[in-house]
Amino acid sequence: MTDLIKIDNLVKYFDIGRDQRVHAVDHVSLEIGEREIVGLVGESGSGKSTLGKAVVGLHDKTGGTVTFKGKEMPARYAPADFQAHATDMQMIFQDPYSSLNPRMTVGEIIGEGLKLHRGLGNSAVRDSVASWLERVGLQADHMSRYPHEFSGGQRQRIGIARALILEPEFVVCDEPISALDVSVQAQVINLLDELKESMGLTLLFIAHDLSMVRYVSDRMAVMYLGSLVEVGRANEVFFEPKHPYTKILVGSNPEPDPRHERHRASTTIQGEIPSPVNVPEGCRFANRCPEVMDRCRSETPQLIPVNDVTEEHPREVACHLFSRD
Amino acid sequence: MAEPILSVNDLAVEFDTYGGTVQAVRGVSFDVQPGETLAIVGESGCGKSVTVQSIMGLTPMPPGRITSGNALLNGVDILGRKTINGEDIRGDKIGMIFQDPMTSLNPTMNIGSQIAETLIVHRGYSKKQAFARAVELLDMSKIPEAEKRAKQYPFEFSGGMLQRAMIAMAIACEPEILIADEPTTALDVTIQAQILDLLNDLQRENGMSIILITHDLGVVARMAQEVLVMYAGQVVERGSVDDIFYRPGHPYNLGLHAAMPTNDPEAESRLTPIDGSPPDLFHPPAGCGYCARCPYSMQVCIDTPPPTYTLSEGHEAACWLHHESNTQVVPEIHHAGEAVND
Ligand SMILES: Nc1ncnc2c1ncn2[C@@H]1O[C@H](COP(=O)(O)OP(=O)(O)OP(=O)(O)O)[C@@H](O)[C@H]1O
Ligand SMILES: Nc1ncnc2c1ncn2[C@@H]1O[C@H](COP(=O)(O)OP(=O)(O)OP(=O)(O)O)[C@@H](O)[C@H]1O
Ligand code: SF4
Ligand SMILES: [Mg+2]
Ligand SMILES: [Mg+2]
Repeated sequence: MTDLIKIDNLVKYFDIGRDQRVHAVDHVSLEIGEREIVGLVGESGSGKSTLGKAVVGLHDKTGGTVTFKGKEMPARYAPADFQAHATDMQMIFQDPYSSLNPRMTVGEIIGEGLKLHRGLGNSAVRDSVASWLERVGLQADHMSRYPHEFSGGQRQRIGIARALILEPEFVVCDEPISALDVSVQAQVINLLDELKESMGLTLLFIAHDLSMVRYVSDRMAVMYLGSLVEVGRANEVFFEPKHPYTKILVGSNPEPDPRHERHRASTTIQGEIPSPVNVPEGCRFANRCPEVMDRCRSETPQLIPVNDVTEEHPREVACHLFSRD
Repeated sequence: MAEPILSVNDLAVEFDTYGGTVQAVRGVSFDVQPGETLAIVGESGCGKSVTVQSIMGLTPMPPGRITSGNALLNGVDILGRKTINGEDIRGDKIGMIFQDPMTSLNPTMNIGSQIAETLIVHRGYSKKQAFARAVELLDMSKIPEAEKRAKQYPFEFSGGMLQRAMIAMAIACEPEILIADEPTTALDVTIQAQILDLLNDLQRENGMSIILITHDLGVVARMAQEVLVMYAGQVVERGSVDDIFYRPGHPYNLGLHAAMPTNDPEAESRLTPIDGSPPDLFHPPAGCGYCARCPYSMQVCIDTPPPTYTLSEGHEAACWLHHESNTQVVPEIHHAGEAVND
């Protein structure tokens, strides 16, 4: 598998005045192979959306690079860059409420990209919009309605159709399914799977539902306070988590089984995620880690391979329990 | 069984749009018992939010219109009303947590003062008393350093903390019912677990009832005693959480469970979505709302709406498969009189 996307030491800080900055994404490196689905999970506020937006050029990069098919992407996109890369990469946004223009009809929202980037005429755009509405489980005649007439889950599907209609090679899906009921989730996941086969789609799939992430992803990356703490095959990370944060995360996943849930021991994590403005020294998880050691509070653990390093994408963990020195 | 604290009967809500009238809620009835958690699940767009919003008087009217029904809170109809005996229903009797906390908090006011305000308005507290109580409530809602945090503004809170602040605000007046519409959808599973634990603790301490709307069947399994399954503006099945998960009585409920991924590394088959899409609520079908997608649909399903059949005490399903003269056998569907093996 060749890498389609190479994220190298990507940094995104937000200046918030008074010489303070939010360390939203702090030196993240990740490669995504062609036709690979990489799931990205982690604490709310850990920087998943920021990473996704920086990769597709919606945030300027503070540092580091993103390479697409061997070509380095601009650190700061000009309007023409979006135009040039619209069929390379797209993003499906987390918030189905604010990401759709309330004054445009659904047909205009979904078809806009085709007009702009493909120069298609009105009737060709309409046909394509109609077929995409059906592919995401809506109806062709929804085209003439406005976003506020749709429920949260229906709006999410409009956002999905808008991103996929351009048939991009790489898509960042930011919580594409969390507003959907499980049957529509299954429909969207199968659609993404099918597009992966038919158009060779590559995905960075951000979600909180770990069972679904395990199911759809080839590999899974776990983020905590701006950094990756664990990366590996989805099944391995889900069934044999190594990083203490991943263990707690996986242990908190509710199972759709009332008998099992009635006997669940509470695995509630203690303490709060530290402020991304004053990032602690050492391991970022140290103040909440049940296995914390002295060195964790002073030395920052690096993401290092923990198994077969000859593998193309070895399993990696950033934790002193796995440091080899 | 005890008297229900809330009893909703035959609720119907429509919306006028350019394209016609959407029949969003079509005759929904349910009861909420004191101290219990009722989960509402169903296809997106099936009317869950509209149902609870219209009980709370939050449906925009126009374009919305309540065309039938009542909602009895301790026997008094609150539908379309904002107060009972001079007391506000919303905030006072029923607290609500919305899916998106950012849109329901005031960005220009600190969190503590926003919570204090409900207490000043509804409980006649002094400013000082109210703020002190707000700090206690934030502390109860597991906000660390509550005193300091109370003076901060919404943008200084993370998503998970905002959600907890919303809970603090919703429970400020010790409502008898807490309505939570997708309260944890935007949160990671560790914060979700904290919030669910918090809701359980509050329920144990105050005997509050909870109506929980969620798509996450894991959350339903963890929280609910009773479950209402909605489809196309109607209730298609109701029962205890075990009835709904282990003894499905309606094909839609069966379809929901089949669509979930199993946590089994060997099962790499594709997910099984329910084919087709929900009916057009401008022109709801004459018969069963689910019949166009149902693998077991019969002629009667197309022509006549199915009545609600009682399968066991408290377990009901609206589906023709339960008619005494039906001969179609669907092994996965539970029928009246079948043994319950727990
Ligand atoms: N425009 C911005 N200005 C300042 N801070 C920001 C901005 N956007 C995000 N942040 C901060 O950056 C951090 C990462 O946010 P981000 O939205 O990427 O998290 P996330 O992992 O996607 O969380 P969630 O799971 O809740 O969506 C947070 O602390 C957030 O408050
Ligand atoms: N203001 C409105 N104008 C027109 N139609 C509306 C309006 N609000 C809701 N609807 C329609 O009413 C139906 C029910 O919507 P509701 O928001 O209750 O769905 P829901 O079950 O909460 O879905 P979700 O799980 O996606 O949140 C939908 O078909 C929606 O399109
Ligand atoms: S009534 Fe008929 S169509 Fe409706 S769910 Fe039952 S079998 Fe299916
Ligand atoms: Mg996000
Ligand atoms: Mg809703």
